[in-house]
Amino acid sequence: MNLFDYTLEELHRMLVNKEITAETLMEKTFLRIEETEEQIGAFLTLTKDKALEKARAIDKQGIDPTNVLSGIPIGIKDNIITEGVRTTAASKMLEDFIPVYNATVMEKVEAAGMIPVGKMNMDEFAMGGSTENSAFQITRNPWNLNKVPGGSSGGSAATVAAGQVPVSLGSDTGGSIREPAAFTGLVGMKPTYGRVSRYGLIAFGSSFDQIGPFTKTVKDNALVLNAISGQDKKDSTSYAEENVDFTEMLEKGVKGMRIGVPKEYMVEEGTEEGVLKAVKEAIDTFKKMGAIVEEVSLPHSKYGIPAYYIIASSEASSNLQRFDGVRYGFRTENARTLEELYVNTRSEGFGMEVKRRIMLGTFSLSAGFYDAHFKKAAQARTLIRRDFDKVFQEYDLILGPTTTTTAFDIGGKIEDPLAMYLSDILTVPVNLAGVPSISIPCGFSNELPVGMQLIGKHFDEKTIYQAAYAFEQATDFHKKQPTFEGGVK
Amino acid sequence: MNFETVIGLEVHVELKTESKMFSPSPAHFGAEPNTNTNVIDWGYPGVLPVVNKRAIEFGMGAALALNCEITQETKFDRKNYFYPDNPKAYQISQFDRPLGTSGFIEIEVEGQLKNIRVERVHLEEDAGKNMHGETGFSYVDLNRQGTPLIEIVSEADMRSPEEAYAYLETVKQIIQYTGVSDVKMEEGSMRCDANISIRPIGQEEFGTKTELKNLNSFNNVRKGIAYEMQRQEKILLAGGEIQQETRRYDDTTGQTVLMRVKEGSSDYRYFPEPDIPPLSISDEWVEKVRTSIPEMPKERQIRYSQEFGIPVYDAEVLTATKEFSDFFEETVEKGADPKQASNWLMGEVSGYLNSEHVELHDTNLTPTNLADMILLIEDGTISSKIAKKVFRELIINGGNAKELIHEKGWVQLSDPAKLLPIISTILDNNPQSIEDFKNGRDRAIGFLVGQVMKQTHGQANPGVVNKLLNQELIKR
Amino acid sequence: MNIDEQSIKHVAKLAKLSFKENEVRQFTEKMGSIIEMVEELNELDTTDVPGTYHGITIDSVMRDDVAQQGTDRELLFKNVKTAKDGMIEVPEMLDNGGEGA
Repeated sequence: MNLFDYTLEELHRMLVNKEITAETLMEKTFLRIEETEEQIGAFLTLTKDKALEKARAIDKQGIDPTNVLSGIPIGIKDNIITEGVRTTAASKMLEDFIPVYNATVMEKVEAAGMIPVGKMNMDEFAMGGSTENSAFQITRNPWNLNKVPGGSSGGSAATVAAGQVPVSLGSDTGGSIREPAAFTGLVGMKPTYGRVSRYGLIAFGSSFDQIGPFTKTVKDNALVLNAISGQDKKDSTSYAEENVDFTEMLEKGVKGMRIGVPKEYMVEEGTEEGVLKAVKEAIDTFKKMGAIVEEVSLPHSKYGIPAYYIIASSEASSNLQRFDGVRYGFRTENARTLEELYVNTRSEGFGMEVKRRIMLGTFSLSAGFYDAHFKKAAQARTLIRRDFDKVFQEYDLILGPTTTTTAFDIGGKIEDPLAMYLSDILTVPVNLAGVPSISIPCGFSNELPVGMQLIGKHFDEKTIYQAAYAFEQATDFHKKQPTFEGGVK
Repeated sequence: MNFETVIGLEVHVELKTESKMFSPSPAHFGAEPNTNTNVIDWGYPGVLPVVNKRAIEFGMGAALALNCEITQETKFDRKNYFYPDNPKAYQISQFDRPLGTSGFIEIEVEGQLKNIRVERVHLEEDAGKNMHGETGFSYVDLNRQGTPLIEIVSEADMRSPEEAYAYLETVKQIIQYTGVSDVKMEEGSMRCDANISIRPIGQEEFGTKTELKNLNSFNNVRKGIAYEMQRQEKILLAGGEIQQETRRYDDTTGQTVLMRVKEGSSDYRYFPEPDIPPLSISDEWVEKVRTSIPEMPKERQIRYSQEFGIPVYDAEVLTATKEFSDFFEETVEKGADPKQASNWLMGEVSGYLNSEHVELHDTNLTPTNLADMILLIEDGTISSKIAKKVFRELIINGGNAKELIHEKGWVQLSDPAKLLPIISTILDNNPQSIEDFKNGRDRAIGFLVGQVMKQTHGQANPGVVNKLLNQELIKR
Repeated sequence: MNIDEQSIKHVAKLAKLSFKENEVRQFTEKMGSIIEMVEELNELDTTDVPGTYHGITIDSVMRDDVAQQGTDRELLFKNVKTAKDGMIEVPEMLDNGGEGA
């Protein structure tokens, strides 16, 4: 059973009508995983026994006909803490780490009756844009096995794109949901900062990190966000708005909707031709549907990358200090003194990219550089945020490509960190401003999916879903399936 | 050359909340190692801090009592350093927007009053405890990790160990009055580091300072500073230079020992804590806390002497602790004469507390039973001699003074009908005393009173006995 | 600014990381180009612009002071490599005493 063939509502109908039980759905899920996993490499940990047990419990209880998520298999990015299930963040540092608590989103996944099937590969500690920085394995793009699935949530994207599971959770600090969604032809939502609790998300850039869903369709995505969002008393940065229904406006269409297209996002230089073409066609589609699409400007966009890399790395350098070999996780064998325990544990446990970010962050915060780096970046962040505020005074949404290219070759950028950083140019401004943004499929370039970004006002995911749904109804890019071409097999 | 010492103190005070500063685990002492901890205290991956509202309130109370201005737009920052008792390798503290700023307190040394400025009061979380073993290992207990602390930083306004001592005593007294902390140095709920430098008298510029740690009692603060003054003076007089360093006071040798030299000061890489949005403290909240702060010792002393006519020294003793002062006020409220209440508290009560090494709340004495007892003395129901017995009974076993004296039969004998037969018998048995009395020897009366007291086991009212004896003697 | 191997070593010390000599050289080079990139910010006029340090502009939601039982110690110690008498065992630090409060 290729789960790519069904929407969540279709699966739910089959479960309610007893055409399939939760247990068989789960068995078929694992069958598909077993068939394809050797090629894809999306999972770091599989929890088959637990998943089957839960499926049987749900069957016993009976599927709740009012809960579309009941019995639905879900993949979880491995930086989300799962009680009793190994959580590694794809780092040697946490290779054998079994958490003793659950992330708030896991409680919510559980409460919604969804069934986690395993933990998804990623760039170590979510640092990277290709999932090649995983300490354990690479993940391949189902559309072309020689290509990366994007990152850092590459496993979460690849698993849904390969039809292994219908939905997965990823996290987005500078584009880590949207870029892989774009590379694998999926719907990936980075909600407003504060929309989904971060409690239990292994922190990278604390003022950017958000958890969000990968799905095949817009409606599926909104349904999952319904389940995982909401204020959490354990997260002071979570937003007080309860029981929002993100599907509420789906059918309303885009007639009269005002959409701005930043000229800074549509530059020919450095953008793949096919990407630009697909996005331009998407703009035409929106216009045909009655939306008012106009060029706007986000003048400080070019400062997004430096501001983001300074702030995210600074926060990360502090967040990752807790990995010291004392209380959990990896501990070096070579330590006679406390200093050696610290230095050797961290030097042996972290991968190169993580060390690079820690170094950049530590440097940016260090005496003598704080003002020129960290403070300056925080000020640039204000200017970038103001750019968005200004456009949103007149427009309901901002539209642009998610990435400047389609999925690149495995090994293509890994030796050049700067090039890898620069590929986040279209995604990081969103995180700097804290606004929500979705990536949806809007075409193909060189037989690889192209992603389009729809950026909304703070806490206005509904309008994003409304426009994304209208576009999806008008096109059929989301119906195309990958054929696992190229690669090793 | 004569030198002047310049001292600034950093005082850490643990706040008496139920739960920790940023996590809901219990903030209590004395539990088994690592049992009052949770995943937040352990700095588990993914956990987040949430501010304890009462900690903010307590911090504000302390800051206001130290005459600080409240920073209503305040925030938290991360202070980064690695140490096993600091699980996240950063401490959540406050850097550039401390909760309180620009305060002051008044101290008194040898009758001289002086204001010491308080630069800032900020909130932070305490670290765990790192116990050093003897085998090359240390052992970490995180029970204390996350306990709310305030750090009170003085300006470098003190000029002698005595001033430092007086400052600490005053800070302790003020904080203790606010009720936000136990402020016990011996239990670690109050800790003190001192910055000390010296400079030739007349010089404006400060000398190089050393930081003194491990000052775990008021006396050690005084002794440590005194030692450090002399050490620095010796170096300067010998033509040397003071190094900026951290030193530890060793109370077995009475000396300060080098801990580490500060290399261009540690780089803590402070930055705003992204997990906690800034805090807006409303005017209403500040006012609410301000009005909840009890009257401070200085004001109470003035009131005691004006309202009750209690001498200044006595008023100071009565207000030494809030508990003692509250006890006094309640005893007066329950009807006791203020001077009597004061005398009893400063005399018998203090004596008992000192000899037993306990505090008021450890005893069974209450303002009500103390006041009742004082009233019974006043109306002559018991003698002051009996009162001492009643007092011991009350402070040890508690109970109601009136019921107690009846139960024990300690009521003073004042009824002439009961006393007269006893007096007659005694006079009958002591003709010589009657003779002496008639010959004008006053001592005879004293002897006879003593006889009556002996016969009545001390319960006879001496005044009444005196009167009756005089009457009876004249009759004979 | 140009970052040299000396500064890389200093930052590594703060971050409790160590690099082999040949790594330091490579690292310095790559860090140099990254720092050059981030210093593009210098051309930005940020006079009177306040910094944004949080992802959201809300007031902190505070917690009531209610204590909850801690996490089971046995469970926490399952992840601890060396322990003794309910405490975590670590090599002793030569310098006596923490750097913090």
